[in-house]
Amino acid sequence: MCGIDIDELELEAEVENLPTVQLFVDKHLNDAKCPSKIQKQINVAVEEIFVNIASYAYAPATGMVILKLEMNRELDKISLSFIDKGIPYDPLKNKEPDITLPAEEREIGGLGIFLVKQTMDEVHYEHKDGQNILTIAKAFGIK
Amino acid sequence: MKIDKQENGNELVISLAGRLDTITAPELEEQLASGLEDKEKLTFDMEKLEYISSAGLRVLLSAQKKMSKKGGMIVKNVSEEVMEIFEVTGFADILVIE
Repeated sequence: MCGIDIDELELEAEVENLPTVQLFVDKHLNDAKCPSKIQKQINVAVEEIFVNIASYAYAPATGMVILKLEMNRELDKISLSFIDKGIPYDPLKNKEPDITLPAEEREIGGLGIFLVKQTMDEVHYEHKDGQNILTIAKAFGIK
Repeated sequence: MKIDKQENGNELVISLAGRLDTITAPELEEQLASGLEDKEKLTFDMEKLEYISSAGLRVLLSAQKKMSKKGGMIVKNVSEEVMEIFEVTGFADILVIE
Protein backbone atom coordinates (compact mmCIF):
# COMPACT_ATOMS: atom_id res chain seq x y z
CA MET A 1 0.00 0.00 0.00
CA CYS A 2 3.09 2.19 0.02
CA GLY A 3 2.74 5.39 -1.98
CA ILE A 4 -1.05 5.64 -2.04
CA ASP A 5 -2.74 8.48 -0.19
CA ILE A 6 -6.44 8.24 0.54
CA ASP A 7 -8.63 11.11 1.62
CA GLU A 8 -12.33 11.80 1.87
CA LEU A 9 -14.54 14.86 1.99
CA GLU A 10 -18.25 14.86 2.77
CA LEU A 11 -20.29 17.99 2.29
CA GLU A 12 -23.61 19.33 1.16
CA ALA A 13 -24.14 19.22 -2.60
CA GLU A 14 -24.46 22.98 -3.00
CA VAL A 15 -22.82 25.08 -5.71
CA GLU A 16 -21.50 27.48 -3.07
CA ASN A 17 -19.35 24.61 -1.71
CA LEU A 18 -17.41 24.37 -4.97
CA PRO A 19 -14.39 26.34 -3.63
CA THR A 20 -14.14 23.91 -0.68
CA VAL A 21 -14.11 20.97 -3.07
CA GLN A 22 -11.43 22.60 -5.26
CA LEU A 23 -9.25 23.37 -2.22
CA PHE A 24 -9.48 19.75 -1.11
CA VAL A 25 -8.41 18.47 -4.54
CA ASP A 26 -5.77 21.19 -5.07
CA LYS A 27 -4.10 20.41 -1.76
CA HIS A 28 -3.40 16.85 -2.90
CA LEU A 29 -2.39 17.89 -6.42
CA ASN A 30 0.00 20.51 -5.06
CA ASP A 31 1.54 17.99 -2.64
CA ALA A 32 2.04 15.59 -5.55
CA LYS A 33 3.54 18.37 -7.71
CA CYS A 34 0.97 17.94 -10.45
CA PRO A 35 1.82 20.15 -13.46
CA SER A 36 -0.35 23.26 -13.55
CA LYS A 37 -1.87 22.49 -16.96
CA ILE A 38 -3.17 19.10 -15.84
CA GLN A 39 -4.23 20.53 -12.50
CA LYS A 40 -6.51 22.99 -14.37
CA GLN A 41 -7.99 20.12 -16.39
CA ILE A 42 -8.74 18.24 -13.19
CA ASN A 43 -10.20 21.42 -11.62
CA VAL A 44 -12.54 21.81 -14.60
CA ALA A 45 -13.61 18.14 -14.44
CA VAL A 46 -14.23 18.42 -10.68
CA GLU A 47 -16.30 21.58 -11.16
CA GLU A 48 -18.43 20.09 -13.94
CA ILE A 49 -19.23 16.94 -11.97
CA PHE A 50 -19.79 18.64 -8.61
CA VAL A 51 -22.02 21.33 -10.11
CA ASN A 52 -24.05 18.66 -11.93
CA ILE A 53 -24.65 16.84 -8.66
CA ALA A 54 -25.43 20.08 -6.82
CA SER A 55 -27.90 21.12 -9.52
CA TYR A 56 -29.72 17.87 -10.22
CA ALA A 57 -29.06 14.97 -7.85
CA TYR A 58 -31.46 16.00 -5.10
CA ALA A 59 -33.44 18.76 -6.83
CA PRO A 60 -35.47 20.50 -5.59
CA ALA A 61 -34.21 19.34 -2.17
CA THR A 62 -30.58 19.00 -1.17
CA GLY A 63 -28.35 16.23 0.11
CA MET A 64 -24.83 15.13 0.77
CA VAL A 65 -22.03 14.22 -1.58
CA ILE A 66 -18.90 12.30 -0.69
CA LEU A 67 -15.61 12.73 -2.53
CA LYS A 68 -13.17 9.86 -2.28
CA LEU A 69 -9.70 10.72 -3.40
CA GLU A 70 -6.91 8.30 -4.11
CA MET A 71 -3.48 9.61 -5.00
CA ASN A 72 -1.06 7.04 -6.32
CA ARG A 73 2.34 8.56 -5.65
CA GLU A 74 4.15 5.79 -7.51
CA LEU A 75 2.22 6.30 -10.75
CA ASP A 76 1.47 10.01 -10.26
CA LYS A 77 -2.18 9.29 -10.80
CA ILE A 78 -5.25 10.71 -9.09
CA SER A 79 -8.63 8.98 -8.85
CA LEU A 80 -11.69 10.79 -7.60
CA SER A 81 -15.09 9.30 -6.88
CA PHE A 82 -18.18 11.45 -6.43
CA ILE A 83 -20.84 9.61 -4.47
CA ASP A 84 -24.41 10.81 -3.94
CA LYS A 85 -27.68 9.22 -2.94
CA GLY A 86 -29.81 11.28 -5.29
CA ILE A 87 -31.90 10.33 -8.30
CA PRO A 88 -30.15 7.52 -10.24
CA TYR A 89 -28.49 9.30 -13.14
CA ASP A 90 -25.71 8.35 -15.52
CA PRO A 91 -24.37 11.59 -17.03
CA LEU A 92 -22.15 9.62 -19.41
CA LYS A 93 -25.24 8.53 -21.33
CA ASN A 94 -26.08 12.09 -22.33
CA LYS A 95 -26.07 12.86 -25.99
CA GLU A 96 -22.78 14.50 -26.87
CA PRO A 97 -22.90 18.06 -28.15
CA ASP A 98 -22.05 18.59 -31.82
CA ILE A 99 -18.91 20.69 -31.51
CA THR A 100 -18.68 21.27 -35.25
CA LEU A 101 -21.82 23.42 -35.47
CA PRO A 102 -21.50 27.17 -36.06
CA ALA A 103 -22.20 29.48 -33.11
CA GLU A 104 -25.76 30.30 -34.15
CA GLU A 105 -26.73 26.63 -34.08
CA ARG A 106 -24.81 25.70 -30.97
CA GLU A 107 -26.89 24.84 -27.97
CA ILE A 108 -26.01 26.39 -24.68
CA GLY A 109 -25.20 23.51 -22.37
CA GLY A 110 -24.17 19.88 -22.52
CA LEU A 111 -20.51 20.81 -22.66
CA GLY A 112 -19.59 20.04 -19.05
CA ILE A 113 -19.55 16.26 -19.09
CA PHE A 114 -18.18 16.34 -22.63
CA LEU A 115 -15.18 18.29 -21.31
CA VAL A 116 -14.69 15.73 -18.53
CA LYS A 117 -14.66 12.87 -21.04
CA GLN A 118 -12.21 14.66 -23.31
CA THR A 119 -9.67 15.61 -20.66
CA MET A 120 -9.67 12.73 -18.17
CA ASP A 121 -8.00 9.34 -18.77
CA GLU A 122 -10.86 7.38 -17.23
CA VAL A 123 -14.49 8.24 -16.53
CA HIS A 124 -16.72 5.60 -15.06
CA TYR A 125 -20.27 5.51 -13.66
CA GLU A 126 -22.02 2.93 -11.55
CA HIS A 127 -25.20 2.81 -9.53
CA LYS A 128 -24.66 0.73 -6.43
CA ASP A 129 -26.51 0.38 -3.12
CA GLY A 130 -28.74 3.33 -3.99
CA GLN A 131 -25.76 5.54 -4.77
CA ASN A 132 -24.56 7.27 -7.90
CA ILE A 133 -20.81 6.75 -8.13
CA LEU A 134 -18.94 8.71 -10.79
CA THR A 135 -15.20 8.11 -10.86
CA ILE A 136 -12.58 9.98 -12.83
CA ALA A 137 -8.87 9.28 -13.04
CA LYS A 138 -5.94 11.15 -14.51
CA ALA A 139 -2.25 10.39 -14.64
CA PHE A 140 -0.01 13.45 -14.58
CA GLY A 141 3.50 12.11 -14.27
CA ILE A 142 6.29 11.97 -16.76
CA LYS A 143 7.51 8.71 -15.25
CA MET B 1 -12.95 37.08 -10.90
CA LYS B 2 -12.33 40.68 -11.83
CA ILE B 3 -14.30 42.24 -14.67
CA ASP B 4 -12.98 45.49 -16.09
CA LYS B 5 -15.11 47.33 -18.65
CA GLN B 6 -13.83 49.98 -21.01
CA GLU B 7 -16.03 51.79 -23.50
CA ASN B 8 -14.68 53.31 -26.70
CA GLY B 9 -17.69 54.78 -28.44
CA ASN B 10 -19.67 51.84 -29.79
CA GLU B 11 -17.03 49.32 -28.76
CA LEU B 12 -16.92 47.58 -25.41
CA VAL B 13 -13.71 45.99 -24.15
CA ILE B 14 -14.04 43.62 -21.21
CA SER B 15 -10.88 42.46 -19.44
CA LEU B 16 -11.30 39.33 -17.37
CA ALA B 17 -8.96 38.29 -14.58
CA GLY B 18 -9.06 35.15 -12.45
CA ARG B 19 -11.59 32.35 -12.82
CA LEU B 20 -14.66 32.25 -15.04
CA ASP B 21 -16.52 29.37 -13.40
CA THR B 22 -19.98 28.39 -12.14
CA ILE B 23 -19.70 30.84 -9.26
CA THR B 24 -18.45 33.86 -11.23
CA ALA B 25 -20.11 33.35 -14.64
CA PRO B 26 -23.43 34.90 -13.48
CA GLU B 27 -21.57 38.18 -12.70
CA LEU B 28 -20.36 38.41 -16.28
CA GLU B 29 -23.77 37.43 -17.60
CA GLU B 30 -25.30 40.25 -15.63
CA GLN B 31 -22.79 42.79 -16.95
CA LEU B 32 -23.49 41.67 -20.51
CA ALA B 33 -27.27 41.67 -20.12
CA SER B 34 -27.39 45.44 -19.80
CA GLY B 35 -24.15 46.60 -21.39
CA LEU B 36 -24.47 45.59 -25.02
CA GLU B 37 -27.54 47.38 -26.39
CA ASP B 38 -25.73 50.39 -27.82
CA LYS B 39 -22.53 48.51 -28.67
CA GLU B 40 -21.54 47.33 -32.11
CA LYS B 41 -18.37 45.52 -31.16
CA LEU B 42 -17.33 43.47 -28.15
CA THR B 43 -13.76 42.51 -27.27
CA PHE B 44 -12.74 40.20 -24.45
CA ASP B 45 -9.18 40.59 -23.19
CA MET B 46 -8.34 37.28 -21.49
CA GLU B 47 -4.71 37.93 -20.68
CA LYS B 48 -5.33 37.45 -16.95
CA LEU B 49 -8.01 34.79 -17.20
CA GLU B 50 -6.54 31.64 -15.66
CA TYR B 51 -9.48 29.29 -15.77
CA ILE B 52 -12.70 28.66 -17.65
CA SER B 53 -15.33 25.95 -17.28
CA SER B 54 -18.51 25.18 -19.24
CA ALA B 55 -20.39 27.82 -17.24
CA GLY B 56 -18.02 30.43 -18.68
CA LEU B 57 -18.28 28.97 -22.17
CA ARG B 58 -22.06 29.34 -21.98
CA VAL B 59 -21.77 33.07 -21.29
CA LEU B 60 -19.27 33.52 -24.14
CA LEU B 61 -21.49 31.64 -26.57
CA SER B 62 -24.50 33.69 -25.64
CA ALA B 63 -22.48 36.93 -26.11
CA GLN B 64 -21.18 35.63 -29.44
CA LYS B 65 -24.74 34.97 -30.62
CA LYS B 66 -25.84 38.48 -29.65
CA MET B 67 -22.84 40.18 -31.27
CA SER B 68 -22.79 38.15 -34.48
CA LYS B 69 -25.88 40.08 -35.56
CA LYS B 70 -23.91 43.30 -35.08
CA GLY B 71 -20.25 44.19 -35.49
CA GLY B 72 -18.93 40.99 -33.98
CA MET B 73 -17.00 39.73 -30.99
CA ILE B 74 -13.26 39.26 -30.60
CA VAL B 75 -11.37 37.31 -27.97
CA LYS B 76 -7.71 38.17 -27.45
CA ASN B 77 -4.67 37.26 -25.34
CA VAL B 78 -5.96 33.77 -24.53
CA SER B 79 -3.74 31.74 -22.17
CA GLU B 80 -2.64 28.23 -23.01
CA GLU B 81 -4.98 26.65 -20.44
CA VAL B 82 -8.04 28.53 -21.62
CA MET B 83 -7.14 27.89 -25.27
CA GLU B 84 -7.07 24.18 -24.59
CA ILE B 85 -10.66 24.33 -23.35
CA PHE B 86 -11.63 26.32 -26.47
CA GLU B 87 -10.00 23.69 -28.66
CA VAL B 88 -11.50 20.64 -26.96
CA THR B 89 -15.01 22.10 -27.15
CA GLY B 90 -14.80 23.45 -30.70
CA PHE B 91 -15.00 27.03 -29.42
CA ALA B 92 -11.67 27.72 -31.15
CA ASP B 93 -13.62 27.46 -34.43
CA ILE B 94 -16.63 29.58 -33.52
CA LEU B 95 -14.88 32.43 -31.71
CA VAL B 96 -12.73 35.03 -33.40
CA ILE B 97 -9.48 34.65 -31.49
CA GLU B 98 -6.64 37.14 -31.96
